[in-house]
Amino acid sequence: MLEVTGLRVAYGGIQAVRGINFHVNQGEMVALIGANGAGKTSTLKALARLLNAAGGSVRYCGKEILNLPPHQLVSAGIALVPEGRGVFPRMSIVENLQMGAYSRRDNDGIEADKEHVFSLFPRLKERAFQLAGTLSGGEQQMLAIGRALMSRPKLLLLDEPSMGLAPLMVQKIFEVICAVAKEGMTVLLIEQNAKLALEVSQRGYVMESGEITLTGESGALLEDPKVRAAYLGE
Amino acid sequence: MDIFIQQIINGLVLGSIYALVALGYTMVYGIMGLINFAHGEVVMIGAMVALSVVKALAASGLPVFAVILIALAAAALVCMAIGFSVERIAYRPLRRAHKLAPLITAIGISIILQHTAMLVWGRNYHAFPPILPASAHEIFGATITSLQVAIVLIAGLMMAGLMVLINHTRFGRAMRATSENPQIAQLMGVDINKIISATFVIGSALAAVAGLMVSANYSIAHYYMGFMLGLKAFTAAVLGGIGNIAGAVLGGILLGLIEALGAGYIGDLTGGFLGSHYQDIFAFFVLIGVLIFRPSGLIGERVSERA
Repeated sequence: MLEVTGLRVAYGGIQAVRGINFHVNQGEMVALIGANGAGKTSTLKALARLLNAAGGSVRYCGKEILNLPPHQLVSAGIALVPEGRGVFPRMSIVENLQMGAYSRRDNDGIEADKEHVFSLFPRLKERAFQLAGTLSGGEQQMLAIGRALMSRPKLLLLDEPSMGLAPLMVQKIFEVICAVAKEGMTVLLIEQNAKLALEVSQRGYVMESGEITLTGESGALLEDPKVRAAYLGE
Repeated sequence: MDIFIQQIINGLVLGSIYALVALGYTMVYGIMGLINFAHGEVVMIGAMVALSVVKALAASGLPVFAVILIALAAAALVCMAIGFSVERIAYRPLRRAHKLAPLITAIGISIILQHTAMLVWGRNYHAFPPILPASAHEIFGATITSLQVAIVLIAGLMMAGLMVLINHTRFGRAMRATSENPQIAQLMGVDINKIISATFVIGSALAAVAGLMVSANYSIAHYYMGFMLGLKAFTAAVLGGIGNIAGAVLGGILLGLIEALGAGYIGDLTGGFLGSHYQDIFAFFVLIGVLIFRPSGLIGERVSERA
């Protein structure tokens, strides 16, 4: 479904991503793990067209997307939950969800999906008309995921959904991510929390200093001595 | 007492016009952090176009209402085209530039528009043809003309319409989202270039209406009128809290009242040393005061923004 080949991202002269290859199959949850500064977020931003790639190609459903303007990705079926949530703080929860469905015109479907998001995150329903800026970090993460689902994506890109959250909240968020994946969503998950990411995904890629150094089944990566030493603190 | 009431009425009329213009400043600032100093000149061009159309049609025998409507439509079209082109030609290429670059460009555009208007309409003052019925009404010992009533009502309606557009429509949501975080808005599928263009066009349409109001109310228009009007409307936007829509309305009305009351009483207060022609100083006292004591304006940020 997603085929990344030779992707490079550079900030001025500094290469953050040095020609990486990976792919995500339909219906799969794939984890991209690595330490802070390994180039994970740069990779995702390039996929979402928030950054211009310095080279390489990204094919989604067989079509090159690196030349699409950023606002057309969502109608193509790609939704990103950005690092740091990126909710609209001065808009209510309902309005944030409506923004998620901006690319759609089917009002009945939008209404139904809103109820679906509320059933996934009952906390959001209780606060439906509260401004998003007044929510806790975990609630904002719920909202950011809910908002991404509102576009009915085929491919969900998650950037560090566990970042800065209490363990209990992380658990809740990941329960929902797994539930969404079970419904058939294709997910690319970027995480610093390698253990968590490899536990929920089918396959994983390990990124170091802008390159992919290891790849395989998530279960196998969890057992890999190098991964255990570098990311699982053993 | 009648001076007080009279100046309140004058202040409301003036304030409604300031508010319409201030909305243009605040919308553009809210969405791209740019103070569009050329906005006052768009008002001037609106006034000039409207006045020219009224002049041309004054003897045509058309009903007054139709003449005004045609003048308004012409002014709005010209202003919207100017607003759209200015953003496209002058500001868009500078979107990633240092903030100072578009600001200086705005001043440059303002000079260009002003001098173009001077070439087209000359340096003279133009009188607004006296086609409007000069009916005056008495309230509490003060007079208010039908024109003034119309100005306040129309301005109020337009502001209410804008509020509904921004707060309760899909387009308005996209506008607010773009103003809060353009990158994320793009992720939602918002074409922010279109939103920015639309913002300039809407602001310019409001400016055209304000231009017609000013020239009709003072019966005069001049190629240089946009400068002071623009500065005052900008002051009104800052007073309310620049970037804040309700703030622009509040700031506009307040500034109008302050100016009118100030002009009404400055003679008495200074023992005749300063006369009502010193009216303009109040806006700048207000601007300096706000910048020193409450830079975020009267309606500043309402919500703490957590990352």
